[in-house]
Amino acid sequence: MIELNDVHKSFGVQHVLRGVNLRVERGRITVIMGASGGGKSVLLKHMIGLIRPDRGEVNVYGGNLAAMSEWDMAPIRKRMGILFQDAALFDSMNVAQNVAFPLLQHTRLKPREVRRIVAEKLELVGLSGVEQKMPSHLSGGMRKRVGLARAIAMDPEILLFDEPTSGLDPVLADSIDRLIVRTQSRLHVTAVVISHDVQGTFRIADRVAMLAEGTIVAEGSPEAMKQSPIPVVQRFLQGRSE
Amino acid sequence: MLRPIAALGRLTIRFVEEMGRILILLAEAVYWTFRPPFNIRNVFTQMEFVGVKSIFVVSLTGGFTGMVFALQSYKGFHLFGAESLVGPVVTLSITRELSPVLTSLMVTGRAGSAMAAEIGTMRVTEQIDALRAMAVNPVNHLVAPRILAGTLMTPVLTGVTDFIGIAGGYFVGVYLLGMDRVTFLGRIEDYVEPADIMHGLSKAVVFGLILSLVGCYKGMTTDGGAQGVGRSTTQAVVIASILILVSDYLFTALVF
Repeated sequence: MIELNDVHKSFGVQHVLRGVNLRVERGRITVIMGASGGGKSVLLKHMIGLIRPDRGEVNVYGGNLAAMSEWDMAPIRKRMGILFQDAALFDSMNVAQNVAFPLLQHTRLKPREVRRIVAEKLELVGLSGVEQKMPSHLSGGMRKRVGLARAIAMDPEILLFDEPTSGLDPVLADSIDRLIVRTQSRLHVTAVVISHDVQGTFRIADRVAMLAEGTIVAEGSPEAMKQSPIPVVQRFLQGRSE
Repeated sequence: MLRPIAALGRLTIRFVEEMGRILILLAEAVYWTFRPPFNIRNVFTQMEFVGVKSIFVVSLTGGFTGMVFALQSYKGFHLFGAESLVGPVVTLSITRELSPVLTSLMVTGRAGSAMAAEIGTMRVTEQIDALRAMAVNPVNHLVAPRILAGTLMTPVLTGVTDFIGIAGGYFVGVYLLGMDRVTFLGRIEDYVEPADIMHGLSKAVVFGLILSLVGCYKGMTTDGGAQGVGRSTTQAVVIASILILVSDYLFTALVF
């Protein structure tokens, strides 16, 4: 469903991605772990075409995003949803308007039907009744939930999560992790989660990939990753700097 | 010795690159103005913001400009016994020059800076990326409505400034300086033509395009968090103001 082949990306002299090869399995939660500043978010943004690689292919639904214009990517993006690190809610719109936004842009649904879908998605993320609140009046956890409700408004087949639990306390982080698992299982989506939270990763992942030094250095089931003989993987899992 | 030349060269290249990117954004905005989806609601929202909500500030600008210009021109013309020319001079100066320039500068400070700040904030908080990820073109959704609103509403505001500026000059001339009302208005009729008003309004169209285009461009190219937003906002106002003054001279010289 998502396949990255030899993806390279540099920003100035910084060679962030140095030949990433990754295959994301359909219907599973794949977590990409790695150190802060290692290029995880950059990698995630390649998967929805927000960043183009300098070299390599990013195949989603069989189409290479790297070779497509924004216009050509539109049908693929409509089948995907992304939750940004800080939710990226539109400040000038309330919660209902944010969640309804993709529906109003891409469908001809009647207002009543849009309201019904918005209420349904907010209930799914555990936030019923907040439709009229503005993003600035929401807590960090609530913003992420609204961001997720917006990301699933169009019933996407692929969901991308950019560090969904970063900046949250452990209890809230656990509730977001459970929300990701619940959403994935109810909607039967393919999920890709970017995280540096080791505990959270092993709570939710079906597959784990480790991004280090610009490449995927290890990939496998959570159990296989725990047993990985690769030093950088073990240092990361154990939280050791040396 | 070569260093200053190299620095000047780098500056020139950066300037040309920047102008090129601004013109590309303009071309995209024009494309999306005439191509669906049409964001009619966004356009009207921006027209209200740029136009309706600027009426008070441009009215103040026009009123006080007309009043002070009447005072100053009366002082000069009085030396030659030509006070009767105050009316047409105030009117010609306001309609051809002061009104479009001052209106545009005020709207730049108010609306142009807001465009840069709002779009810049959206950029640094990934809201622009969110639009793209939802298959919504940011130029279509954010930029085109603002440029259309700026281009349409600046001449309208200029018309308001014209009226209030002339009214301000009339008030000072007739009620404070004791000029004859019939003479004041009659001389305006003798010397001012519709083409003079159109001259100012045509300039205002160009200035409206400049201020909104620069505001949107600076917003779309913001980086560096809150500091970056502040920088973009300041640059939007400064660059738009300079371009307005430069284009004012070029436009005026062209049609003189």
